Amino acid sequence: MFLSYTATRQALLSGKTTCKDLVAHYLQKIEARNAELNAFVEVYAQEAMQQAEVIDQKIKAGTAGKLAGMVVGLKDVLAHQNHGLQGASKILDKFKSQFNGTAVQRLLDADAIVIGRQNCDEFAMGSTTENSAMGITRNAFDTSRVPGGSSGGSAVAVQAEMCLTSLGSDTGGSVRQPAAFCGLVGLKPTYSRISRYGLIAYASSFDCIGVFAHNVEDTALVLEVIAGQDDFDSTVSRTPVPAYTQNLALEGKPKICYIKETVENEGLSEDVKQATMKKIAQLKAQGFTVESVDFPLLKYILPTYYILTTAEASTNLSRYDGVKYGYRSPNVTDLNSLYKKTRSEGFGIEVKRRIVLGTFVLSASYYDAYFTKAQRVRRLIKEKTQDLFKTYDLILMPVAPTVAPKIGELAANPLQMYLADIFSVQANVAGIPAIAVPNGTDSQGLPIGIQVMADFFQEEKMLAFAKYLMEK
Amino acid sequence: MKIDKELLHKIAHLARLDFNEQDETKMIDSLNEILDWVEQLNEVDTTGVKALTHMSVEVNALREDIMLPPLPHEKGLLNAPRKDSDYFRVPKVIE
Repeated sequence: MFLSYTATRQALLSGKTTCKDLVAHYLQKIEARNAELNAFVEVYAQEAMQQAEVIDQKIKAGTAGKLAGMVVGLKDVLAHQNHGLQGASKILDKFKSQFNGTAVQRLLDADAIVIGRQNCDEFAMGSTTENSAMGITRNAFDTSRVPGGSSGGSAVAVQAEMCLTSLGSDTGGSVRQPAAFCGLVGLKPTYSRISRYGLIAYASSFDCIGVFAHNVEDTALVLEVIAGQDDFDSTVSRTPVPAYTQNLALEGKPKICYIKETVENEGLSEDVKQATMKKIAQLKAQGFTVESVDFPLLKYILPTYYILTTAEASTNLSRYDGVKYGYRSPNVTDLNSLYKKTRSEGFGIEVKRRIVLGTFVLSASYYDAYFTKAQRVRRLIKEKTQDLFKTYDLILMPVAPTVAPKIGELAANPLQMYLADIFSVQANVAGIPAIAVPNGTDSQGLPIGIQVMADFFQEEKMLAFAKYLMEK
Repeated sequence: MKIDKELLHKIAHLARLDFNEQDETKMIDSLNEILDWVEQLNEVDTTGVKALTHMSVEVNALREDIMLPPLPHEKGLLNAPRKDSDYFRVPKVIE
């Protein structure tokens, strides 16, 4: 079947296939492998077929939208009207969204077909999709391995061809890292580029909606459709959205740097290091300027991220109290026990850990020592990152320190799991866009990714270079 | 900083969470391991550096305050674990 929307659309418009055929095909793939992989937690088979019929009529009538017949999946953190939404958590048991989030609405308005919602780490907190109330998700390439996280289900659904693209969310690498582990393209745009109305909040000064696809063109197309101003999100950027798909040809030779501390990092596996250095050598041979730069703050990025995201999470997750929606403990005696029992029974252990940590760093006695300190270091990280863009157009680095780990390998120790995001968090801490693209495989054939980062709102330059990286 | 049982109880109460004995020990250990690790930040000189509190370059994308139909009452109550015709139901708060 088609691995790009360009090919899909051509086949649809020339009558070689129909949306109904496409949906039937994806449903067959889901039927065949979802029980094992657990990429989707809910599949909208009948509804997707009905929607396909509607879009087929539109194609015949010549009124098909920009994404007509694009079959997409949604991470279980995106509000989709009259559909289940629970952030892979027990605490949102049986919750049904009463409205469409803006990104979802824009997909639907462009005639995309939503085929189901996808598993993830609970409230997007995790790096392996092992922290889900709906069970673990497996990497389709090697089912003894994790797909990465937190948007693991969204990655595997595209990887196993159960849909063409997925929307995920990326707070510290949750789209790019699973994309790398599953051999896909994964995009996190500039902070505020896409409205977050209808995205379950984890850490609001970091959260971004992101895109999974097989190629850069489809990624650019989806971004073009969902990005931009929105009446329902006061944090969204009003900067006009460029026609990303029209500007994917690389102009000139961008100047590139890579951070010495990433390729010399002790946690970096030999295979990923070699693949990264090989790519750098290849670019140099093609006439690009690729220079090594120092970034001594690198090791402080993850600690900064964990202080600030847990603080924001503890605040955001205070809304889950068992009163207004979702799960309520049956063992309740008074209002306080309603809160405590509901939250203690409803949240998983990693979510509780982050709430407690966040409450701690925000508590009066420790606020300055932890929270304010991290906000100060965040400014330094952001400024030093932006300084690099005075000399260079793009930063190149590994996405993750290793290939996809075995199931259970990182689950035992939270700190070990946090370190899986060591290279992906910089973009979120600084607020800049980043994209992961495939960069070969290791000795066992497991996918390795490489990451391109650009300055604020420089998605065009970044996407064009990412496309070049994949093709040349 | 070390988190002990007493401090965990205090924070857990603020966050409206309960831990059983077994989870409590594990939680304390992992929190202390994480806190030791984040305390690396003290190595960074931040004298004179202002805290970064807002990430958007543009502050407050405001729009006209136009009256639109709100979420209907029954939809707002639809996901409630306990409700009557008009309200969320909770255990008695005032004696």
